Amino acid sequence: MAEKITGAQAMVKCLEKEGVTAVFGYPGVAIAPFFNSIYDSKIKSILVRTEQNAGHAASGFARVTGKVGVCVATSGPGATNLITGIATAYADSIPMVAITGQVNSELIGRDVFQEADITGAVESFVKYSYLVKDAKDLPRVFKEAFYIANTGRKGPVLIDVPIDIQNQKIEFQYPEQVSLRTYKPTVKGHAVQIKKVIKALENAKRPIICVGGGVLLSNAQKEVCQFAKEHSIPVVNTMMGIGVMPQEHPMYFGMVGNNGFAYANQAMNQSDLLIMMGARVADRAISQPDLITENTVVVHIDVDPAEIGKNMGPSIPIVGDIRHILHDFEKYEISGDYSEWIDHLKQLKQENKKVRHPKEGYVDPAEFVRILSESMEEDGVYVADVGQNQIWSCNYYVMRKGKFLTSGGMGTMGYSIPAAMGAKQADKDRQVVAVCGDGSFQMSFMELATMRQHDIPIKIIVLKNNYLGMVRQYQHFTYDDRYSMVSLDGSPNLEMIAAAYEMPFVRLENMNNIEEKIKDFLAQEGSGLMECVIDSYDLV
Amino acid sequence: MKKIFSVLVENRSGVLCKVAGLFSRRCFNIDSLAVGETEEKDVSVMTIVSSGDERTMEQIEKQLNKKLDIIKVKTFTEENSVSRELMLIKVKYQQNNRSDIIEICNVLNASVLDMSTSTLLIQICDTPEKIELLIQMLSPFGIVELARTGTLALQKCMS
Repeated sequence: MAEKITGAQAMVKCLEKEGVTAVFGYPGVAIAPFFNSIYDSKIKSILVRTEQNAGHAASGFARVTGKVGVCVATSGPGATNLITGIATAYADSIPMVAITGQVNSELIGRDVFQEADITGAVESFVKYSYLVKDAKDLPRVFKEAFYIANTGRKGPVLIDVPIDIQNQKIEFQYPEQVSLRTYKPTVKGHAVQIKKVIKALENAKRPIICVGGGVLLSNAQKEVCQFAKEHSIPVVNTMMGIGVMPQEHPMYFGMVGNNGFAYANQAMNQSDLLIMMGARVADRAISQPDLITENTVVVHIDVDPAEIGKNMGPSIPIVGDIRHILHDFEKYEISGDYSEWIDHLKQLKQENKKVRHPKEGYVDPAEFVRILSESMEEDGVYVADVGQNQIWSCNYYVMRKGKFLTSGGMGTMGYSIPAAMGAKQADKDRQVVAVCGDGSFQMSFMELATMRQHDIPIKIIVLKNNYLGMVRQYQHFTYDDRYSMVSLDGSPNLEMIAAAYEMPFVRLENMNNIEEKIKDFLAQEGSGLMECVIDSYDLV
Repeated sequence: MKKIFSVLVENRSGVLCKVAGLFSRRCFNIDSLAVGETEEKDVSVMTIVSSGDERTMEQIEKQLNKKLDIIKVKTFTEENSVSRELMLIKVKYQQNNRSDIIEICNVLNASVLDMSTSTLLIQICDTPEKIELLIQMLSPFGIVELARTGTLALQKCMS
C-alpha cells in the first residue's frame, strides 16, 4: 500500500506531474497547507504583490511557453482579487489553472471569515471550475483541469480546495489519462469543408487571410506564413494576431480594426474571399461584419464552433485546430493568380500610410515604439499595456521573431508589468520589455518589488503624458474637450520610484540621440525603468 | 421562433446554476424550464423552451454544447415533438357556479383534486396552449393561486 500524503502534498505532486516549474501567488490561511507543501518542492513559488497580478503573470508565462500558467490565491478576498486576472485570460483564451483555498468544507455557506463563493463568482470567466469536496478527487481534478485548460479553445480552469481537504490524507496515484464524456474538442477539419475552401481559392480573384490570436494558440505561425507565401495570399491580422507574420513578410498587410490601418481594413473590405483564422470577429476588429458578408465569401476557421456564426455568418465554416487544417490544405494544389490584387494592395498600402504630426520637443511614441522593437533582441518579448500606449505599440511594433503580448479581449490596464514578469520567468534567456502608460504603470508598479525579490529582470517603459490618454482622446472627440476624471496630477516622481526599488532610471524628453539611448537602456544588466515624456494631447 | 432544448446534463450540484447563468449572461430568453432525473441516476434532463431569432437559437445550442457538464443537447420544434405541462390551480366558487367550473374541467380534461367550502383545486396535464386556455376559462371565477411545471418534451416516435 502506498504511503498516505495530505491533500496539499497531493496538489503539489499533481503540479510536478504536469511539469509546472513556477507558480505565482499570494498566501492566506485557507491556502496555507498548499504553500507549506510547495516549500519542499522544486517548483518556484513567486510572491506577487496583489492577486490580480498572479493571474496576469501566469498568463504571460503561458503565452511564452505554450504551457498552462498557474496562479494561486487564498479564499475570500484573495480569490475575488484573482477574478480580473482570470477574466483577462479567458477573454484571450490563455491556458491557465487558478488554484484557490477555501474555508473548511463543513463551514461553506455560513459566511465565515474570508469565505467567498468563488466557483459561483467566476462561472462566466472560466472554461470550467471545481470545488473539491474529497481529497481523493484531487489527482483526477488536476489532471482534468490541465487537460481542459490547454486543449480545444484554451482558457482558465479554477480549482477551489477547502482547507480541510488540503489536510485530508490520501493515497496518491496520478491518473495517466483523462476520461471526460462531455468534452471532446474537434481537432481535424472536415474534409468536405476543406475542399470547399480550396475551390473557393481557385475561384477567387481577391482572397485575403485574417489571422487572430487562435493562430498563436495553435502554434501555427510557421504554417500560415508558408501558406501565404506559397500561394501568394495577402494576410492581415487582428490585435491578438500580432506576432503571426513578421513585418518583412511580402504578404503582410497590417492590422485591421478601428485602431488598425486603413489599408488593412480596405484590403479586407475589397476582398472577394475572406479567410478568418482563429479570430472572433469582435467589434473592435470588424465593426460591421454584415457589410462584408454581403459581397464576400467568408471562410471561418475556429476551434470553437460557437465562435462561428456568432458575430458573422460565414459561407464556409470549418471547426478544428488551425495547424491541422493548414497541414490538410498543403495536400492540395491551388491554381490561383492573385498578382493583380497584390499589386493593388501594395499601392493601397503606399497611398494610405498613417501620417502623424508629432510635436517637437517630446518623444514621439510611434517612432519610439518602432526604434525600441527594432533595437530589441530578435526573439525578445514585447508586452504592451492598455490605452494609447497599446495602440501605438500595435501600430508601430516591428515584428521579427519575437512575441507580442497584450490584453486584447478584456483590455485590462496594468497587464504589462505582471505579464512581462511571467514571460521572463518562463524563459530567463529572453529579453522582456513592458511598455505602459503612466496610468497603467500606477496600476501595477507594486510588482517592482516582486521583480527584485525573485530576480526577474525586465525593462519597463512608461509613456508619460500625465493623462489617461485613451479616455482623454475619447473626451476630446465626444465630449468637447471636457476632461473629466482623466488628469493624472499627483502622480509620483518615477525617478524616485526607481530609486526606491534600486533600479536604474532613464528619462527621455525628446528625440535627441534616441536610438543610442534606447540601446544603452536595453543593454544594461538587470531591470530598468525608462520614462518617455510625450505630448499630453497626442492622438492615436 | 420558439425552440425546445432537451439538455442531458451530469447530475451534479451547481449544474442548473451554470446553465441558467449561461442564459442570463448572454441575454437568451427562458420561456420555461423543467429539470428532473432520467433513467440513469447520474444524468438529469433539463427541458428549456426559448424564443428568439434563428441566430440566437443556434448560439444557444452551441453555447450549451460548450459547457462541460452538458452531455447532449437535442432541439425540437413544436411539430416534431410531444410536449406536456402540469398545472395545479386553485379557484374560488359559489354554490351557483360550481357546476360551471366542473363542466369546463370536463371539457378540457382537467380534474378536481381537492375542495373546501369556497375553493376547488384543479389539475391539468396538457400542452402549454391548453393550459393557457384553462387559465383563461377559470379566471372569471377568481384564481387564488396556481403553479406550473414548465414544458416537458420528447421527440415523437419514429417508425
